[in-house]
Amino acid sequence: MTTLGAISRRILRRLVSSLPAILGVVVLTFLLMRVLPGDPAVFFASGPSAGQQEIEDLRRSMGLDKPIPVQLALYLRDVATGNLGKSMTTGQPVVTDMARRLPASLELTFTALFIALLVALPLGIVAALRPGSLVDHAVRFICTLGVCMPTFVSGLLLIYVFYYLLGWAPDPTGRIDIFSASPPDITGFLLVDFAITGDLQGWWAAFTQIILPACTMALFVLAPLARMTRASMLSVLGSDFIRTARSVGLPGSRVTVTYALRNALLPVLTIAGIVFSTMLGANVLVEKVFSWPGVASYTLDALVASDYAPVQGFVLLMAGIFVLVNLIVDILYGIADPRVSIE
Amino acid sequence: MSATLRHAGWVMRGNPVTALAIAGVALLVLVAILAPWITPYDPIASSVAEALRPPSAAHLFGTDQLGRDILSRLIMATRLDLMIAASAVILSFAAGAVIGAFCGYRGGTLDRVVGRVVDVLMAFPLFVLAMAMVAALGNRVENIVIATAIINLPFYIRFARAEVNIRRDAGWVEAARAGGEGHLAIVLRFLLPNVLPAMAVQISLNLGWAILNAAGLSFIGLGVTAPTPEWGIMVAEGARFITAGQWWLVAFPGLALMLTVLCFNLMGDGLRDILDPRMRT
Amino acid sequence: MTELLRIEDLRVAFSTRAGTVDALHGVSLSLEKGQTLGLVGESGSGKSVTAYAITRLLDRAGKITGGRILFRGTDVTRVPERDLRALRGAAMSMIFQNPRAALNPIRSVGDQIADAIRAHRDLSKKEARAQALDLLKAVLIRDPETRLDAYPHELSGGMCQRIMIAMAIACEPDLLIADEPTTGLDVTTQKTVMDLLARITADRGMAMVLITHDLGLAAQYCRDIVVMERGRIVESGETRALFSDPQHPYTRRLIAASPTPRSTVEDLARAAQEAGEVLPPIAATPRPAPEPGTPPLLEVRNLIKDYGAPTRAVDDVSFSIPRGGSLGLVGESGSGKSTLSRLICRLIDKTDGDVIFDGEAIGGIPARDFHRAPQRRDIQIVFQDPNDSLNPRFSAFDSIAHPLRTLEGLRDGATLKARVEEAAQRSGLPPELLTRFPHQLSGGQKARVGIARAIALRPRLLVLDEPTAALDVSVQAIILNLLDRLRREDGMAFLFVSHDLNVVRMMCERVVVLRLGKVVEEGSGHSLFANPQSAYTRELLAAIPHFDPAPVPVQA
Repeated sequence: MTTLGAISRRILRRLVSSLPAILGVVVLTFLLMRVLPGDPAVFFASGPSAGQQEIEDLRRSMGLDKPIPVQLALYLRDVATGNLGKSMTTGQPVVTDMARRLPASLELTFTALFIALLVALPLGIVAALRPGSLVDHAVRFICTLGVCMPTFVSGLLLIYVFYYLLGWAPDPTGRIDIFSASPPDITGFLLVDFAITGDLQGWWAAFTQIILPACTMALFVLAPLARMTRASMLSVLGSDFIRTARSVGLPGSRVTVTYALRNALLPVLTIAGIVFSTMLGANVLVEKVFSWPGVASYTLDALVASDYAPVQGFVLLMAGIFVLVNLIVDILYGIADPRVSIE
Repeated sequence: MSATLRHAGWVMRGNPVTALAIAGVALLVLVAILAPWITPYDPIASSVAEALRPPSAAHLFGTDQLGRDILSRLIMATRLDLMIAASAVILSFAAGAVIGAFCGYRGGTLDRVVGRVVDVLMAFPLFVLAMAMVAALGNRVENIVIATAIINLPFYIRFARAEVNIRRDAGWVEAARAGGEGHLAIVLRFLLPNVLPAMAVQISLNLGWAILNAAGLSFIGLGVTAPTPEWGIMVAEGARFITAGQWWLVAFPGLALMLTVLCFNLMGDGLRDILDPRMRT
Repeated sequence: MTELLRIEDLRVAFSTRAGTVDALHGVSLSLEKGQTLGLVGESGSGKSVTAYAITRLLDRAGKITGGRILFRGTDVTRVPERDLRALRGAAMSMIFQNPRAALNPIRSVGDQIADAIRAHRDLSKKEARAQALDLLKAVLIRDPETRLDAYPHELSGGMCQRIMIAMAIACEPDLLIADEPTTGLDVTTQKTVMDLLARITADRGMAMVLITHDLGLAAQYCRDIVVMERGRIVESGETRALFSDPQHPYTRRLIAASPTPRSTVEDLARAAQEAGEVLPPIAATPRPAPEPGTPPLLEVRNLIKDYGAPTRAVDDVSFSIPRGGSLGLVGESGSGKSTLSRLICRLIDKTDGDVIFDGEAIGGIPARDFHRAPQRRDIQIVFQDPNDSLNPRFSAFDSIAHPLRTLEGLRDGATLKARVEEAAQRSGLPPELLTRFPHQLSGGQKARVGIARAIALRPRLLVLDEPTAALDVSVQAIILNLLDRLRREDGMAFLFVSHDLNVVRMMCERVVVLRLGKVVEEGSGHSLFANPQSAYTRELLAAIPHFDPAPVPVQA
């Protein structure tokens, strides 16, 4: 009971302490908007032929004639009420566009993180248990290569091998090939939705579409995860309390799992949070390579078209997700490590 | 100095990979300097008749959709990519080391605030931040440098801060104060020189990262514009031909990126061994 | 008496970057059931390696290359790795240095003790927990029910060590190996932990091997002693006999070097001489004795340092040191002695009170400007850990030359060279070592560089902050002897900060006892020891391990 109370207090405290971070990002994006080349009023005007008068009216109605602090206040109000402006390319409010595309991005990111953890953790652990062995060298080699490979190159090479050469993967465009029917929109995650409706064929189609981009991204973050797992496992295995556990005759499995692994996973947890946010950034590249209909490719299209409201919305969205992920990591850490709750 | 060289030689003999990586970096720098004189073809001249030729004796790495020689473009691109990465890293290193060292030495509230901000920044999707900055500042190469420098900054601040922090209360720092040295002199003449070797390792590792970032930005169409040869943009241009099986448009610039980053990373790991005085005998 | 453990010609080697290094060259000893044996030696003697070889807990690099370890008749060196588990904890167990790090930080101590029990006994979680509670009671932990669920970071170092003892005795092993179990603990905590350990092993009939660098500790708690030096046993025997009539020169040197309640600086000089220390003849004429009526060199008045913690680090401390005098500052961890020494050196700013040096109030000068004050060169300091007190990028010469350059404005040249060499020579540092960097020097040599740097300016007050705490006892004797000599040569005043009462008594005319930032007692070294006034001082004195090498009739 007290633990639960402590955890909820902790969550609250973390939420409050992350407010400045969010506010900072909001202000930053606002300032970015203001230094952007071009006058937003000109963009929103009816056309190139719009008269000076019309632009002036627009400026007034958009509040651009007011001093910057006032504009900032107005902007903060807009953000607080969920009004991120309209995209000029799609003509839709940015929030609507983002909401429709976010599940695609999240599904990709989660799948990739899942694959990466599934491969990296065992690799790191095995390498640490047998330092200097063949496995260890192999893991280190993979890690060294992994961080050197740009995602956009590895993605394209995967396409070349699995789509062009082997023909195993479907056409690398989008989340589902155009001939398949989309599942009912339940969670927005195709893999989950197909599974819920029991549509195995659809699930397989979605799975084959997601596997290449997910692997591309997983490859990119495999190295830091495996490297960290190995390093932290090695340092824990060399620590005094492992020697103690062995000196009282604990079974090997208990020493490795309960004593070493649990402690070693603490830093991995922190890294996983950072890795997740790196993946959010890498999304931009992977979504472009695989024409993935997520928020990042949407933003990219907007960026190329000098349509800045989506860019701004995207940065805000990333900031929001980032705060959320950090919060989750923090809570998990607080549960896993009793030393944290005291501070 | 000669002791350091001798030690470096000793480390390198036992660790040929580092020697190879350093040779690789040297080669890259040489290629970058000599680029205009060693390209077999004009990297920008297009020739439709020669378009999309696979690798051959005439065009070792093949030609692209406009018939430009890929090898020549790769060579020219080395110059630009290394320039971007090096200037970005130098900028962020210089600023980061000084800010970090002073914060780490001074401690207190300012240090805590800086530390917190840096931690938050580091966990933020930095590529997105760089993207937004280039978009805001304008689509130019200088802005890629600035954006890359800024997203690198937190790493240097944090690193310098941590390194200075663990030495701040060391006996030899207090001894220097008892020996009549002021705070400023201690940071500049005592702490920074001790932190620099570790930072050299960081620089080497970061150069690779900066190259990846800059290439990523130009891949999505930021910074470098079309005819300019640059690895990221070359991959972007070749991307639509991969599904048609024309792999060389992507593979060679991709490989160039990978090998460059690999060299910097391996050199960083090797430098760590060389510069660590504890391992000297 | 039945034999429990017998080690025959044990050899252990470590593979390092530089090749294989032998750590033990044929060690033989034996231990009976219920016997207590002290394994004594300085760093690098191989005492810990011996212990880890017995339990086969040597790290990966270490290999047993020869000899036998017979434990209850079985050769432990030949037991396969998977069968060792049955031995460890159940038949023999260990207690380690640095107890807090020796416990799993993210598992409650109750669970850890229960783990140790369940490793060898088929008990339910509940039964194991009940036994763990009994063990906590046995190691005298107050409020054991709630402590079961505590994590190591919530307990003090002494408490963690008691938890460690509870784990080690959980399955009633026949042999308990304690590897420097009280190093890093305060002397009063050391006493409670050691008393507990002695009582428990005696009550349960366990044999104990106590590994320590502290002769006094071994003498007080062990029936027999084995002295080791560089991987070899040099001497062994019954404790009293060994101390009263040591045979091996190394043992004699070690005993002479260990400070005891009766030893004097002259003993140290003898120990130093035996170790081959040759110092130049006295280099300077002492300063003339101060005329009567001159003010003290240093006066500390109601000094307070408040870091914002619930208790002040230094709380209303006053004392004074006459010209050429020496004052010892004694206290356990948290007593504020290090903070006080830094306040006097003007490395940190006071909260209140004043520091008066040679009649001038210097407490008001901000610490960040003090390097420009004229008194800077008069107050110098020697730091605790020689490994950490030298700039890794400076050669010994540069380290010593640094204060001469900054405070006397000497430029490179013959004068500077002469001054540095003189300081080095007076500190017993051979001139050929001056070009070396810290990592090329031994601990004792680094300590000498630190001293040479401090005395190069010929300060009038030298603050010594635990100058020998990180050194082996034989090196400590040499360094203490050197310091005492330097003081007499130069007429310097000393402020000697230490946790070791014996050392302070030897080195200082007056002693101040600190506790939690406050002065508990002040008096002349002699009277304070002979007739302590405060309960705390008495407790401190009682906690020092007794060690008296004076010849005593050997008991049959």
